[in-house]
Amino acid sequence: MTRVLAWAALIFGMLYFLLPLVGMTEFSLSMRRGVYSLDAYGSVLSDPRFWETFGYSVAMAVATIVFGVLLVVPTAYWVRLKLPWIRPYIEFVTLLPLVIPAIVIVFGYIRLYNTSSWLPLTGTPMGTNLLLMFGYATLALPYMYRAVDTGLRTLDVGTLTEAAQSLGAGWGTILFRVILPNVLVAVLSGAFLTFAIVIGEFTMAALLDRPAFGPFMQILGANRAYEPAALAVIAFAITWACMGLIQLVTRLQKHTRAGA
Amino acid sequence: MAYLDISHLEKSFGVNHVVKDFSLPIEKGEFVSLLGPSGCGKTTVLRMVAGFESPDRGAIRLEGKDMVPLRPNQRNVGMVFQAYALFPNLTVAQNVGFGLRIAGVDSAESKARVAQMLDLIGLPMAEYGDRYPFQLSGGQQQRVALARALAPRPRVLLLDEPLSALDAKVRVRLRGEIREIQRQLGITTIFVTHDQEEALSISDRVVVMNAGIADQVGTPFEIYNRPATPFVASFVGTLTPFEARVLDPATGTVTSGGLTLNLGRPLPSQAGATVPIALRPEAVQLGRASGREIVLPATAHSVEFMGSVIRVRAEAAGQTFLLDTFNRPDSPPPQPGEPVEISFSGRDVIVIGA
Ligand SMILES: Nc1ncnc2c1ncn2[C@@H]1O[C@H](COP(=O)(O)OP(=O)(O)OP(=O)(O)O)[C@@H](O)[C@H]1O
Ligand SMILES: [Mg+2]
Repeated sequence: MTRVLAWAALIFGMLYFLLPLVGMTEFSLSMRRGVYSLDAYGSVLSDPRFWETFGYSVAMAVATIVFGVLLVVPTAYWVRLKLPWIRPYIEFVTLLPLVIPAIVIVFGYIRLYNTSSWLPLTGTPMGTNLLLMFGYATLALPYMYRAVDTGLRTLDVGTLTEAAQSLGAGWGTILFRVILPNVLVAVLSGAFLTFAIVIGEFTMAALLDRPAFGPFMQILGANRAYEPAALAVIAFAITWACMGLIQLVTRLQKHTRAGA
Repeated sequence: MAYLDISHLEKSFGVNHVVKDFSLPIEKGEFVSLLGPSGCGKTTVLRMVAGFESPDRGAIRLEGKDMVPLRPNQRNVGMVFQAYALFPNLTVAQNVGFGLRIAGVDSAESKARVAQMLDLIGLPMAEYGDRYPFQLSGGQQQRVALARALAPRPRVLLLDEPLSALDAKVRVRLRGEIREIQRQLGITTIFVTHDQEEALSISDRVVVMNAGIADQVGTPFEIYNRPATPFVASFVGTLTPFEARVLDPATGTVTSGGLTLNLGRPLPSQAGATVPIALRPEAVQLGRASGREIVLPATAHSVEFMGSVIRVRAEAAGQTFLLDTFNRPDSPPPQPGEPVEISFSGRDVIVIGA
């Protein structure tokens, strides 16, 4: 009896997630009347704005990942090493972006850094890009921090640090040759999550008026019928590719038992 | 001045006074063990030498230069940890070469040094060089950790209970190997352990620590045969303690439990003073023997078979005596309750603190 119920629940769940996807995919293939075709995809991919905005968002994602890693890895490491009592507070702070809507953050940014403020970041495109990157890093923080912290938990951070120090290593060497390589899988999974978040993000990019992929999807969605569905499928595929890559790097790591 | 001179170290963690006026001069090439019960401050002393803790007071001088202001990575002191602490992402060869790379040793020289170190610890490069730490046994990992610490030619080697995580057989073999390698390289070494057999068997000198104080510093022979304090006497080896009253300090005559003992050496105490004395189980014999002038009738209480020796607890003259007798297949040990004779010599009596 419980067996049957479990299966029923599973099937219901699958339907719940899969049906909209199937419907959307089916719709995206139906641009030509009566037959399935990739016309909608062709139309999306031949749109220069698609490539511009996609390229912009990829670049922003990479910048966000680099910034996020440089911010989070040393912080999480230092907290584990020297300030373990502060961890619950740091965790709380890193969870805030999940509670505070992006729109609040971005309005805060605009108020703080507008053209008549002490640091007029929104005055130039580069400054705005920088601001957007900080915003993205904030959105990705809960995932990045958690991933890295979990990675660090599997290491004896204190003893490894002391071992490296007794061999003459300074903080830079310890971070980049000992700590980072050992949490690389965690960092990469955080990175792919960040990538997925940045590619699909709408609010911040739109309010800061940057030519990102999210706003492009929205514009397309407001003006066309089939192309948005195709775009959604593409975005979905990118996200899943990221998930797949997380799995892959976890497998490929050769110095852990799981990978051997 | 000694090669490594630790003088008057003090360290507290909050209200917990962990190391108290700890002084220890160590000669170049010496192997010194810190021995003591859990929590007595052994690791803390070692970590102050390594630079991971800073002393509240006192000095640590290496070749005459004060090390206290130096950071751990400036001290050129090798360290081996109980938990091995190999870098999981690096191969055996890369682990051993880590310190060389930081020191900027060029790659050909570093390669040769790594191969040499791996040979020294008996894990040849060809077979083990490319393995990752998880592909090694605990004993092998600890060997690699030793090679890693030794590769950059540290001035001092520190080992913090390096064998505690290993099983008994490996522990005994590896401690011999550590001592052998230490002799070959002539490296000044401090070895922390709470295992007295380990400390006594491999050290030039042993420091017995008790609650942050160095109770006694001496060769294993001195520590075992002339314990300076009741703590050392009870912590190192097994013995039966007695109280004795000095009759004649010049001839070394004392009395205890109605027995008059002649220790055969002068005592530094006054006549009439009370001194703690003790007997090691191996100084007491079952039956009579030549040269053991004191013979007592006794009753065997319990018999503990330990392999090569048999430990008997016997009661004589209102005292309990522990005695060891060699196991011989043709003479079975006494039964509990059986009347026996025990004998010992006044010269084998240990006077604690003298
Ligand atoms: N970082 C620290 N903060 C507070 N107290 C500490 C710290 N390190 C050590 N102590 C305390 O100092 C005392 C001595 O510790 P230490 O580690 O030197 O003992 P030990 O002799 O090495 O013992 P063991 O054989 O168990 O390793 C202990 O009471 C311990 O609780
Ligand atoms: Mg310790």
